Amino acid sequence: MIKVEKMKIIQQTEIAENIFKISLKGSLVNEISMPGQFVHIKVNTANDPLLRRPISISSYDKKNQIMTLIYRASGLGTRELANQSEEIDVMGPLGSGFPIEQAEGQTAILIGGGIGVPPLYECSKQLKNKGFNVIHVLGFETKDTVFYESAFKELGPVYITTADGSYGTKGFVTDAITEFDLKADVFFACGPVPMLGAVEKQLNHIPGYISMEQRMGCGIGACLACVCTVNGPELYKKVCTDGPVFRKGELVYG
Amino acid sequence: MDKLSIKLPGLDLKNPVMPASGCFGFGREYSQFYDLSLLGSIMVKATTLEQRLGNPVPRVAETSSGMLNAIGLQNPGLEKVISTELPWLAQYDLPVIANVAGSMTEDYVAVAEKISRVENVKALELNISCPNVKEGGIAFGTDPEIAKDLTARVKEVSSVPVYVKMSPNVANISEMALAVEEGGADGLTMINTLVGMRLDHKTGKPVIANKTGGLSGPAIKPVALRMVYEVSQVSNLPIIAMGGISSAWDVIDFISAGASAAAVGTANFVNPFVCKEIIEELPGILDELGADHIHDLKGRAWKVGEIANHRA
Repeated sequence: MIKVEKMKIIQQTEIAENIFKISLKGSLVNEISMPGQFVHIKVNTANDPLLRRPISISSYDKKNQIMTLIYRASGLGTRELANQSEEIDVMGPLGSGFPIEQAEGQTAILIGGGIGVPPLYECSKQLKNKGFNVIHVLGFETKDTVFYESAFKELGPVYITTADGSYGTKGFVTDAITEFDLKADVFFACGPVPMLGAVEKQLNHIPGYISMEQRMGCGIGACLACVCTVNGPELYKKVCTDGPVFRKGELVYG
Repeated sequence: MDKLSIKLPGLDLKNPVMPASGCFGFGREYSQFYDLSLLGSIMVKATTLEQRLGNPVPRVAETSSGMLNAIGLQNPGLEKVISTELPWLAQYDLPVIANVAGSMTEDYVAVAEKISRVENVKALELNISCPNVKEGGIAFGTDPEIAKDLTARVKEVSSVPVYVKMSPNVANISEMALAVEEGGADGLTMINTLVGMRLDHKTGKPVIANKTGGLSGPAIKPVALRMVYEVSQVSNLPIIAMGGISSAWDVIDFISAGASAAAVGTANFVNPFVCKEIIEELPGILDELGADHIHDLKGRAWKVGEIANHRA
């Protein structure tokens, strides 16, 4: 069930350049049903910025009713969020996440780009719990923006790429998959749209799940702002309610 | 709630608050949050004769205290709205205002004729002012003669009263209002969005794929208020006002400017409970203002006397 709740901010820290980790406490956490879901946050009580901000859930702990989000403070809204320290207006959980229960095989490869990395953390934890070997390929712009490398390492091997070559493999996540000849039975990806298209092409031979980003209005399916093009008779699906996670082959890129 | 109940052509409303078309779908999404029967009415998503897929993305961009959208009238088409969406809404004690859109006069007439016969549709909102599609009716909304003729044609076939949605993208809004009144309109809804644009700082290119979009949200409230104030003094038609309404005090402002009812648009995206909260807060505000009924405040912005006793 979707809730709107003033959640208590129990921790907020900058973990890499302009990358913030915020932990929120509240009963909304009880409603989260799968990794890859997101919340819609009103970053302040003013009219500017006006709209809520969609932010993916990085991890959650139902026992203690705590969820953690990781976001990049890059625009007016997210910079405002970085200034908050008491409580915040959260709507969620929203969308359909990574269907862990449908994943089959022994090895899963998780591929994230930039701020697409966070939702993969809970995904990885749950895959690991299910008995999968999890491999992580995480792409960032520069060394200063790399985060959560050690956290992912606790779950399985981690391959880092940076666009400028300042850390890990120089280039994109697809370069690391080629360079290290990484093999898996299923993939999970989240990141910029061009990255998702390239990953889907490269890993076309295995099943996979893609988490999509789009500009959003309402976050609940009413405004039709966040549509994405899909294969099939429907042509459009809504990222906020039909996604954000789609099965490989559903999306049309470009 | 008697302080809030009002009668308008075709509409017997528990209260004068309703979600605006295009900002509430057909109600399904918001029914997760509260009982839609609390609402005065619901202005459902624009319906066209055939299914429309809408515009490419990005379709929205945020602006200071507002947002631009260019959804492009995406909707499942008349037959599906009649067979699926409106029957679903019938479970609620809720008079529906069906928003009718099209590219040609014949489209409007065909949609109006059929949709007006659906039992829970109590009024039509003629969408002659969508700025976001190439053939979205913008000419119908900016040329008084064309608007008058279209209104008359739709009136001929409609089984329920017809409200015309006014475009703010005109030089003289009163001239347009009087034209549709002459065409036989039963009421006005105003205002639609203002045509606007936002550029990406780095590339210098428009952020929205459609290049321009319709501006809504608190940023446009002063424009909407002025237009309601102006039109309500020259036209005899009741006005359902919209344009940046996000609080009960905003509703009071529009009633004071001369509106009979108010619709809430973009604010639903920010707070899904906003319509419910406004309905709950209004009686207390009326007490504070010493008004026995919300329409005691109607037109007080321009009427002589402290509180105008003018109930619709």
